[in-house]
Amino acid sequence: MKKMLTFLILAVFVLSFLVFWKGAEGASEGKLINGAGATFPYPLYSAWASDYHKATGVKINYQPIGSGGGIRQITERTVDFGASDMPLKPEEIEKKKLLQFPTVIGGVVIAYNLPEIGNKRLVLDGETLCKIYLGEIKTWNDPQIKALNPKLNLPYKPITPVYRSDGSGTTSIFTHYLSDVCPKWAKEIGSGTSVNFRAGIGAKGNEGVANYVKRTPYSLGYVEYAYALQNKIMVSDLKNRKGKVVSPTPESFKEAAKTSDLRAEKHFYAWMTNAEGEKAWPIVGATYILLAKERPQINKQVIKFFDWAYKNGDQRALELYYIPLPAEVKAKIREYWKAHGIY
Amino acid sequence: MLSNKKQYYFNLFFFFVTASSAFVVILVVVGIFLVLFKEAFPAISRYGIIRFIFSSSWDPVREIFGGAVPLVGTLTTSFLALIVAVPVALGIAVFITEVAPKRLGEIIGMAIELLAAIPSIIYGMWGLFTLAPLQAKYIEPFLQNLLGGIPLLGRLFSGNTLGIDIFTASIILSIMITPFTAAVARDAFLVVPPVLKESAYGMGATKWEVIKDVVFPYCKMSILGGIGLSLGRALGETMAVAFVLGNLNQFPTSLFSPTATVTVKLANEFTEADKDIHLAALFYLAFLLFIMSLTILGVSKYFIHKTQKK
Repeated sequence: MKKMLTFLILAVFVLSFLVFWKGAEGASEGKLINGAGATFPYPLYSAWASDYHKATGVKINYQPIGSGGGIRQITERTVDFGASDMPLKPEEIEKKKLLQFPTVIGGVVIAYNLPEIGNKRLVLDGETLCKIYLGEIKTWNDPQIKALNPKLNLPYKPITPVYRSDGSGTTSIFTHYLSDVCPKWAKEIGSGTSVNFRAGIGAKGNEGVANYVKRTPYSLGYVEYAYALQNKIMVSDLKNRKGKVVSPTPESFKEAAKTSDLRAEKHFYAWMTNAEGEKAWPIVGATYILLAKERPQINKQVIKFFDWAYKNGDQRALELYYIPLPAEVKAKIREYWKAHGIY
Repeated sequence: MLSNKKQYYFNLFFFFVTASSAFVVILVVVGIFLVLFKEAFPAISRYGIIRFIFSSSWDPVREIFGGAVPLVGTLTTSFLALIVAVPVALGIAVFITEVAPKRLGEIIGMAIELLAAIPSIIYGMWGLFTLAPLQAKYIEPFLQNLLGGIPLLGRLFSGNTLGIDIFTASIILSIMITPFTAAVARDAFLVVPPVLKESAYGMGATKWEVIKDVVFPYCKMSILGGIGLSLGRALGETMAVAFVLGNLNQFPTSLFSPTATVTVKLANEFTEADKDIHLAALFYLAFLLFIMSLTILGVSKYFIHKTQKK
């Protein structure tokens, strides 16, 4: 009996080892393209994928596992393409032997709930936002907010800043903006998908923040543009780098992409926050695709899909509140593909 | 009838099938332990054990990680949930087994089992969309007005009433674990030998006295075990609290402060952890939680086992 038991234990070990070993392999081939990564562009990629499938019969399987996961999976070469909401630095791209290009733009807007001012629009600037999120501006009638909104009747009520409790590309774009415009933020908190927020309250997901702001008077939070529109919450105007007051619109987001420093030599590594343009919205970011450099065959398949999407997918993107890249940026990306021999 | 030889092989086959199914479980537990340890190792070697457990900073940008806040948060929310859930659960169990007519007891028992079957994400969504606004608007301001003035105790009810805090999270957790605790307690009460109860009644004891002096003492250990099992469940609960605790890395100062638990941190930060050390620190937290739950489960199983042996 004892012998049998030892044998059994051994057998189970060997069997499970074999099973796991088999599972670890498994590359993709043929008419199926596997991608994984950022959650932010997921609705768009899956809409594009379904249109593309109808048009060409090629299936795109995109798993929204998060940007961190996307970067990791493509680094380990377990997917055909990875997706990330933050650009990787050129050195990192070179080190991991990847290629990188943006697909669409998203704007982050400041949603607020101030029953006193009704439908009138609040104006904010980078410094005030930074101080609100640092907990230094505590009430709505603070002189600094008043100076930006001389005509509004701002109440003496505490501001509740709302941030994302989960790690997210939105937080990364927003904190990058705050670091751009506010030295104190850059020094003490910095930017990233999760940062150490000091004031306010965390809500999970864009929908969590939007919902919280909508339900809680005197709160303020940053959300993706689409969620502000869908939830019909008030969003503020912002003073941009040039000192102009701009409203969040697809045009002002596009303007930011046009005027930011997207270059093929840097694998399109650029932050579009605090962009130069007169009409540019200051909190804008792109979402990126990552490819493994040494796999031209697979990359060609992937590129075919994104090239098709650049040509035919703008309408679909706008319907889902994403902002398509400006034509000049698309042209630059095609040049980049050509230079790497995959287009 | 099978021949002897056939029977022997059949038995062997049967033994093999059942034993391998059983061993898979052990293999999985050991596997999880090993994987957690391996993935957490960069963080373990960089931050150490004592330093990680007692450090309260969690700053992914600067790569400074410590688990004190989520560990304290996990214990606080779980114990608060137990304080609410245990009396209610015991009440339910007593009512079902001792007080209610048999039919009614069965119906209530079924309702409780249904409550236990609700997926926890639903509690989370309900908490965020329904309970949190109610808490922020009515319940918390009311409690603050009522109890906020009392010295010391009032401190527990200070702060902004935002609805996303320990209080809301603990209430949701307590609703979740009540059916579980009640089920364990009911099963324990049911095995009390009728002879004991009948002799107590025979001596003229009232229902309350029978419950207090016969049923409870008899089941003491397994009730404790049941509480332990519920605690284990509350410690590991993720989705129900992920939405309503805020994931703020600060020690709570009152019942109305947002904070973080281990599972809340994991659920919130896992997908977008883009630095390896950040991921390792999250695995480290998971590893600590795994050990914590395993210990608590082990102890409570021991208690339950002890009564069953009697």
